[in-house]
Amino acid sequence: MSHSRLFARLLLQQNGVRNCYTASRKNLYIDKDTKVICQGFTGKQGTFHSQQAIDYGSRLVGGVSPGKGGRTHLGVPVFNSVKEAREGTGADASVIYVPPPFAGAAIIEAIDAGMPLVVCITEGIPQQDMVRVKHKLLRQSVTRLIGPNCPGVINPGECKIGIMPGHIHKKGRIGIVSRSGTLTYEAVHQTTQVGLGQSLCIGIGGDPFNGTNFIDCLEVFLQDPKTEGIILIGEIGGNAEENAADFLKEHNSGANAKPVVSFIAGLTAPPGRRMGHAGAIIAGGKGGAKEKIAALQQAGVVVSMSPAQLGSTMFKEFEKRKML
Amino acid sequence: MNYANHVQYRYLPLTVKGTSLSLIRYSDACKLQRPLPLAFLSAVRQRAHGASRNSLFRVNMAASMASQAVARGLRGANARHLFFDKLKCPQVSSRRWLNLQEYQSKMLMQESGVTVQRFYVADNAPDALQAAKRLNAKEIVLKAQILAGGRGKGTFDSGLKGGVHLTKDPSVVGELANQMLGYSLTTKQTPKEGVKVKTVMVAEALDITRETYFAILMDRACNGPVMVGSPQGGMDIEEVAEKTPELIFKEVIDIFEGVQDDQALRMAANLGFKGPLERQAADQIKRLYDLFLKVDATQVEVNPFGETPEGQVVCFDAKINFDDNAEFRQRTIFAMDDMSESDPAESQAAKWDLKYIGLDGNIACFVNGAGLAMATCDIIDLHGGKPANFLDLGGGVKEKQVYEAFKLLTADPKVEAILVNIFGGIVNCAIIANGITKACRELELKVPLVVRLEGTNVLEAKRILSESGLSILAANDLDDAAKKAVAAIAKK
Repeated sequence: MSHSRLFARLLLQQNGVRNCYTASRKNLYIDKDTKVICQGFTGKQGTFHSQQAIDYGSRLVGGVSPGKGGRTHLGVPVFNSVKEAREGTGADASVIYVPPPFAGAAIIEAIDAGMPLVVCITEGIPQQDMVRVKHKLLRQSVTRLIGPNCPGVINPGECKIGIMPGHIHKKGRIGIVSRSGTLTYEAVHQTTQVGLGQSLCIGIGGDPFNGTNFIDCLEVFLQDPKTEGIILIGEIGGNAEENAADFLKEHNSGANAKPVVSFIAGLTAPPGRRMGHAGAIIAGGKGGAKEKIAALQQAGVVVSMSPAQLGSTMFKEFEKRKML
Repeated sequence: MNYANHVQYRYLPLTVKGTSLSLIRYSDACKLQRPLPLAFLSAVRQRAHGASRNSLFRVNMAASMASQAVARGLRGANARHLFFDKLKCPQVSSRRWLNLQEYQSKMLMQESGVTVQRFYVADNAPDALQAAKRLNAKEIVLKAQILAGGRGKGTFDSGLKGGVHLTKDPSVVGELANQMLGYSLTTKQTPKEGVKVKTVMVAEALDITRETYFAILMDRACNGPVMVGSPQGGMDIEEVAEKTPELIFKEVIDIFEGVQDDQALRMAANLGFKGPLERQAADQIKRLYDLFLKVDATQVEVNPFGETPEGQVVCFDAKINFDDNAEFRQRTIFAMDDMSESDPAESQAAKWDLKYIGLDGNIACFVNGAGLAMATCDIIDLHGGKPANFLDLGGGVKEKQVYEAFKLLTADPKVEAILVNIFGGIVNCAIIANGITKACRELELKVPLVVRLEGTNVLEAKRILSESGLSILAANDLDDAAKKAVAAIAKK
């Protein structure tokens, strides 16, 4: 194998090392100007959630349903392909509500069309399919993928791409990143209740092979002046949380460090069992909650043992730092 | 049910060397430190010297026991330190959630051209006898087919001891099969009453001169498939990783390019295969990778990946873990799933698309979302309770599922309280509330029920619950819910 290919392979293997794909991180920060199309637009899920998005105020400008191009659905045009939709609407983002057998191909279609942001909601995509998607994803820098098996991303009050309930959110100061959908809602609900609100909430999803990890989101949060505190919700399986801890040690320490509060689900999970999410499994002694909690604590993260205390813990951190 | 027709002759009959002592040799290149399982193997070998009839049996027994020790070691790994991460080694998982019998895994391997011991499967003694004769092998190994491990040391309720037997005489195979089929085999890993043996595998016994370890898995850190191997096979791979990490070799595979020739040869060489065996092992490696992709496996682990005295590279045992998400395109394999040794509650839950895992405690959980479901179990534990199960209802909860889930939870005799935690996004809480009240009435709920609902239409839902006439404890948040559930049990 040639040296350059070996090097490229080495580079891609290292977490946290900049590669061309990391350049697409900035696409995570959606706002009121983000134009969204929906893949799987005319299906049941696509229709329902697109209407919800429109009601929330997201700029849904069109959708894709192969074979149904030319029609209008929910007041916006339907296209036969992502390429046509992007050309016809100038969309910056696509949300995918396509069933598992075809979702991998839908993501690849969006990458091929140069869509800056792709949010894949679908749960149940075969791991092999996602490995192929990721292979393509990592070797380009235009498209950023969030998910699959995720609730989506929301900038409260500006743009909602996904299935999260908009009404629990409140524009504010906390960036939230999570592998779990409903646990995210807990964090959102609590931060809304204590008055802090959210700047940007990203659900990276529960699959082992996905498009965006904690570090991608943490970098965005650390560089965003509107995000003053960060909540990170992890779970058993893999070592994304440990990698995040390393990243925080390096980039979020010292006097200007932003407060980070975390909860890790699965302390009571038995090893070797898949706990719902494809990625939530303690395998071969690795991926347990204890180790993740320890790693995060060593990075200065305040880890809450209760998922019901995320808002209150963050509030206390703000109080401590006189940020209220 | 004789699978003989499915089995193709892919290899020449092998002659088994008599009673030679040194049946297992490790290459001089291996730096052996002889941790316990290996020492045990050596001791077994020495005892086998002179016991001509049973020597192979003991060696094969030791080999299978050693590979079971690996599985045990990996299963018990939660409490142990694993040193895989020191080498950035991919994590290998010991537990399969799709249950395939040994013969089914070996059939899949054969279909991909992977070399396994020639075998037939029989579900009655005359067929087993026939199979033994047809094998025309110098020595035959008869193995009861159950999912649980520890077969070698198990006992049948027919009186027969041992679920794995070696013999040179086909008629003995017939006799032994008679004492296995239809009887219950109890091992350390089965429930007390044992497991009924419906099929037996009649296979050609082969000598192993050298055991290596080889696995292919989907690894998150490498974003795709990875091969892991060690010339130290047949033993606890964790110990190898700990004591001699330089003996663990890894190759990252490009999903589009597949296993390259140089990669397969390098791995074969690292595993200690020499001369013509190197190419043979490399070929087997490529076929195992083809199998890995073909069946949508998340892991294929071969231990031992062995060498015979006649110069064959053979996969003596394999564990395949399958990707549940690929079921829609792996119908044949998933149809082979044998739920007979599974927790009946988990099988029932699977029927209704409920993700359910039984735990040891007495507070049942009913939650939407995997992360929240895990967190609910965690918070019960945090407040001094013990969760009875993990249950993720999934995104689109329907009333029928609510009912079936309640039925499942209330049927569990261990359950002394039920905690419902639903954060409804798209899910309308009022629908959940209706489903719960209906289920409680029809199932005559006898244990305390704590309900915490949040999200869409929560006020209406709370009203429905309070006016239901059922004794439902409403909770405001997850902490409150867990405390109430624990307290409700303490009161009794």
